[in-house]
Amino acid sequence: MEFAELIKTPRVDNVVLHRPFYPAVEGTLCLTGHHLILSSRRQDDAEELWLLHSNIDSTEKRFVGSLGTIIIKCKDLRIIQLDIPGMEECLNIASSIEALSTLDSVTLMYPFFYRPMFEVVEDGWRSFLPEQEFELLSSVTDEWRLSCINKEFSVCPSYPPVVIVPKSIDDEALRKVAMFRHGSRFPVLSYYHKKNGMVMMRSSQPLTGTNGRRCKEDEKLINATLRAGKRGYIIDTRSLNVAQQARAKGGGFEQEAHYPQWRRIHKSIERFNILQESLIKLVEACNDQSHNMDRWLSKLEASNWLTHIKEILTAACLAAQCIDREGASVLVHGTEGTDSTLQVTSLAQIILDPRCRTIRGFESLVVREWLQAGHPFQQRCAQSAYSNSKQKWEAPVFLLFLDCVWQILRQFPCSFEFSEHFLIMLFEHTYASQFGTFLGNNENERSKLKLQQKTMSLWSWVNRPQELSKYKNPLFEANSLVIWPSVAPQSLQLWEGVFLRWNRSSKFLDEAYEEMVTLIEYNKQLKAKVNALRRKLAELETDDRMQENL
Amino acid sequence: MHGGERSFACLDFVGCIAVTKLEQFLCTSEFVGEVQCQVEQVKLLDRFSTSNKSLTGTLYLTATHLLFIDSSQRETWILHHHIAAVEKLPLTTSGCPLVIQCKNFRIVHFVVPRERDCHDIYNSLLQLSRTAQYDELYAFSYNPKQNSSEQVKGWQLIDLAEEYKRMGVPNANWQLSDANRDYKICETYPKELYVPRTASKPIIVGSSKFRSKGRFPVLSYYHKDKEAAICRCSQPLSGFSARCLEDEHMLQAISKANPSNRFMYVMDTRPKLNAMANRAAGKGYENEDNYSNIRFQFVGIENIHVMRSSLQKLLEVSGTKGLSVNDFLSGLENSGWLRHIKAVLDAAVFLVKAIAVESASVLVHCSDGWDRTSQVCSLGALLLDSYYRTIKGFMVLIEKDWISFGHKFSDRCCQLDGDPKEISPVFTQFLESVWNLTEQFPQGFEYNEAFLLQIHEHVHSCQFGNFLGNCQKEREELKFKEKTYSLWPFLLEEQKKYQNPLYNPDFSPELTLLEPNTVSFNFKFWRNMYHQFDRSMHPRQSVLDLIMNMSEQNKQLEKDIKELEAKIKRKNSQSDAVLVKEPLQSAPPAPMALKTSPCFKKEQPLMPVNDSVRTIEGSNTADNRYSEFMEEFSKAEPAVVSLEYGVARMTC
Repeated sequence: MEFAELIKTPRVDNVVLHRPFYPAVEGTLCLTGHHLILSSRRQDDAEELWLLHSNIDSTEKRFVGSLGTIIIKCKDLRIIQLDIPGMEECLNIASSIEALSTLDSVTLMYPFFYRPMFEVVEDGWRSFLPEQEFELLSSVTDEWRLSCINKEFSVCPSYPPVVIVPKSIDDEALRKVAMFRHGSRFPVLSYYHKKNGMVMMRSSQPLTGTNGRRCKEDEKLINATLRAGKRGYIIDTRSLNVAQQARAKGGGFEQEAHYPQWRRIHKSIERFNILQESLIKLVEACNDQSHNMDRWLSKLEASNWLTHIKEILTAACLAAQCIDREGASVLVHGTEGTDSTLQVTSLAQIILDPRCRTIRGFESLVVREWLQAGHPFQQRCAQSAYSNSKQKWEAPVFLLFLDCVWQILRQFPCSFEFSEHFLIMLFEHTYASQFGTFLGNNENERSKLKLQQKTMSLWSWVNRPQELSKYKNPLFEANSLVIWPSVAPQSLQLWEGVFLRWNRSSKFLDEAYEEMVTLIEYNKQLKAKVNALRRKLAELETDDRMQENL
Repeated sequence: MHGGERSFACLDFVGCIAVTKLEQFLCTSEFVGEVQCQVEQVKLLDRFSTSNKSLTGTLYLTATHLLFIDSSQRETWILHHHIAAVEKLPLTTSGCPLVIQCKNFRIVHFVVPRERDCHDIYNSLLQLSRTAQYDELYAFSYNPKQNSSEQVKGWQLIDLAEEYKRMGVPNANWQLSDANRDYKICETYPKELYVPRTASKPIIVGSSKFRSKGRFPVLSYYHKDKEAAICRCSQPLSGFSARCLEDEHMLQAISKANPSNRFMYVMDTRPKLNAMANRAAGKGYENEDNYSNIRFQFVGIENIHVMRSSLQKLLEVSGTKGLSVNDFLSGLENSGWLRHIKAVLDAAVFLVKAIAVESASVLVHCSDGWDRTSQVCSLGALLLDSYYRTIKGFMVLIEKDWISFGHKFSDRCCQLDGDPKEISPVFTQFLESVWNLTEQFPQGFEYNEAFLLQIHEHVHSCQFGNFLGNCQKEREELKFKEKTYSLWPFLLEEQKKYQNPLYNPDFSPELTLLEPNTVSFNFKFWRNMYHQFDRSMHPRQSVLDLIMNMSEQNKQLEKDIKELEAKIKRKNSQSDAVLVKEPLQSAPPAPMALKTSPCFKKEQPLMPVNDSVRTIEGSNTADNRYSEFMEEFSKAEPAVVSLEYGVARMTC
């Protein structure tokens, strides 16, 4: 297929672009296969807008006489307006955008066409391999092994080719356990807490069904993670009610009788359309500037967004608490183990493991606990807050995770190597990107798409020093502490950097941030200078003494 | 300055966890009275803990404070004047619970083992926290060891005549009037009032008779560039049809005093319905037909009773144990608190637009002109004039629009045992509005949140004379200036604590005028005010503290550099010309070399400032392994911090 067929009018002059808080820009609008480009074409201050078609969530068109207006609502929540002279041009542009932003085939996406203009120092596709992770682990414990049982994705289609499992469990047993777990997602290692050797595992629900099926190998597998005489915790991310209902469909939960050493805790975390609707309502509330206070607060409440944040954070704190404070191992699962499970396991690691609060560590966490763990990014991020279609698979699961990280970052502003901008950047790239990292729903699909060969990894770009410096937190000072966030409603806030980003000018806040950075930089310079002078003085004094001695 | 140190400590005492130990406290003579009552084995419950986490310790009552010392010797001080309510709850198995609510939003929940003791404490506190006369207030016994000339100087720190001069009055159009010299015309106004030159004494007197409580229109703020004025007064006694020529002349005089715009706005800050209801009582609002060149506008801020119950609702919600997000948000909505804050700020924005855009003068009033009028006039001036965004300027603003114009601090803050219907958080709302502005303009204010909180603390503490009483006349009669101390010099002395490290006086020079965004989503719940003492809800690392320390450290480093450069210069001039002179800047920082340099080791550690502000409250000290991140600067081990996690509860 040629993109040219979809582009009915490639170019229109005298188009006016309206964005909130910026003066209108008049220029030429161009459509390419992947971009909508508006350029003012003036020599003095040429302004350009480059918008990926895949970033467009929905469009609306209006006409006043022959002047057409297209309102473009983006997945990063921005809304822009284009005034296009000429009805035909406007209709053509609108239908072209519509077609180009809803391409079916993944292989037509921009990452397959993007040619990087930068030199790749480090191939991001090879930056975070499970083998490296295992090497780190084996330096502290020998109780685990790397299993290649899923090499051809033959046992579990949504797992990566290699997984970390207890050493005492062989591949044969793993195959049996896989039969007993939803989508074959048998329990694997998610996190090893160096401090006390406790672990966090994740899986999907057990297929106990109504007649209480059991699987000895499953019991053996998870018991293998317990210390003698110690109990473990199973955190089920569904309410007890939902978990019980799942039995009717063949799913279920671990029965006390068969898992006597495990205590099961239910922490209800919402999924799917409930989250998607929550996002839609929240963005709707944030975008309406005319709300009076009561209406704003009730809309914010009705969106339930912060309730979801609190639920997720609480479950993650609980998992972390079991591991660090109770000295117990933990198994986390919901139904499929691809959404709420990953929110809990990844946030618990942020709380527990200082490495996850560094940029590289966080990237590695995203790769391990989201990409390799099989969070279906393509399904979940197909549409954002302006979608009209009621597809079942879309949900801002990863955005909620990022929001939770932001909440912790706000409470521990010196404990993270990255700033809010890093989180916002990740949010943008999960919905629309020139990089292949978030394409596909699991490693299996990614390998079929040959993303490693055909697209560039986001990490190759981000991890270059000049790019990385944009995302560094100037306040960062490494600490090796477990950081316990407050989950009281008074401590949780709306993530303004994402949800109010396009709704108000952040000029004064940005300037204040710059000032803070300047102050910190100045502090570093002064310290360096004092050191240099001290050294100089010390040298002079030593010289003096040497001369005296002569 | 002698005695300075001690007064620092005293300031810390009030309602804070003090650094001073009990013995010191008891030996310090300026604290009147010794321990009157002492109860051991008292439990202090964690207010939000669902598992009833508690600390055990001893509770002491002195003439001025309640003090609790827990088993790890941590002290909790509560000034009796800060106590808003004491409540005895039904007896439990572990003892008799006693809940104390403070005006600074601290809530402590004690469990006293014996009911008798609890009853005694309860009765004592009731007595101690309710004062019948001004001279029984803490300010009259508080002695910061200042001599009388320092005391006088302290009171002279803020000079309102100087302030009006700074604004540019008196001038061709405005003059100082001595009409109220003996508080004859208006008891609740200050003596010195500025009025239009064309307003003769008969006009003033006539107008004052037509205004509630005699509070006739006077100048509150003069905008030099626009030649426009903010004036304030109380409601006219217009009833349904009454009019007063002098009052009409008065308003005309105000509009004529503005050469750039003959039209003036009259802002009635009340909801229209309230103003109309007042007409039945012979009061009301200006009839536009009777006054020439005025534009009349209601702005709809609710009255003190609505505000009081709104705060009550807010506190009920925020004090709930195990609060859900939705209960919090709907409680916040139902309390109406943020709606009121927005209304106040919206009114100020309206006023500022009239002056800045139309160069029109504005007359502001409500009913008596000492609550909502004070809020709107002072916030308007703060938005217009960057001086009020400095530490000193903010003090001046409070002295002018709140203290001198007779905001009834005593009644509103319940300093003396009085009518509970007079209590209202009007001044708290003003501080909260300012806080909202500091959030929107992080570089626009010289002061930080701690400054606002400290002022709020002392409005209720009755430790200093500034906020005592209801008006200037009362203060003079009771000789507060001789018998008590002014708060401002103490705040100025420790102003380092209140400085905003990001403050930039030249911040957007075109923006001496602040134009805040008052879309609803900009207003946030002020956690650091209403949960000031609930540390577990705060961010565990404070960016403000860190930046403040760093900013201080920078000053010290600049000084060090100067000293070092001077030393090196001296050395260089002493040493032979053979020594090659390197430019100083070129010496690269080499921490490793430094550590091995024998001379460096003899030196003092470079900076006394430690970076412990980065440490995390609520984490185990055993976890603090800072060694691997040690740089060339020695870092002190963080002070012992408490173990406070308990964020997530286990439920099955």
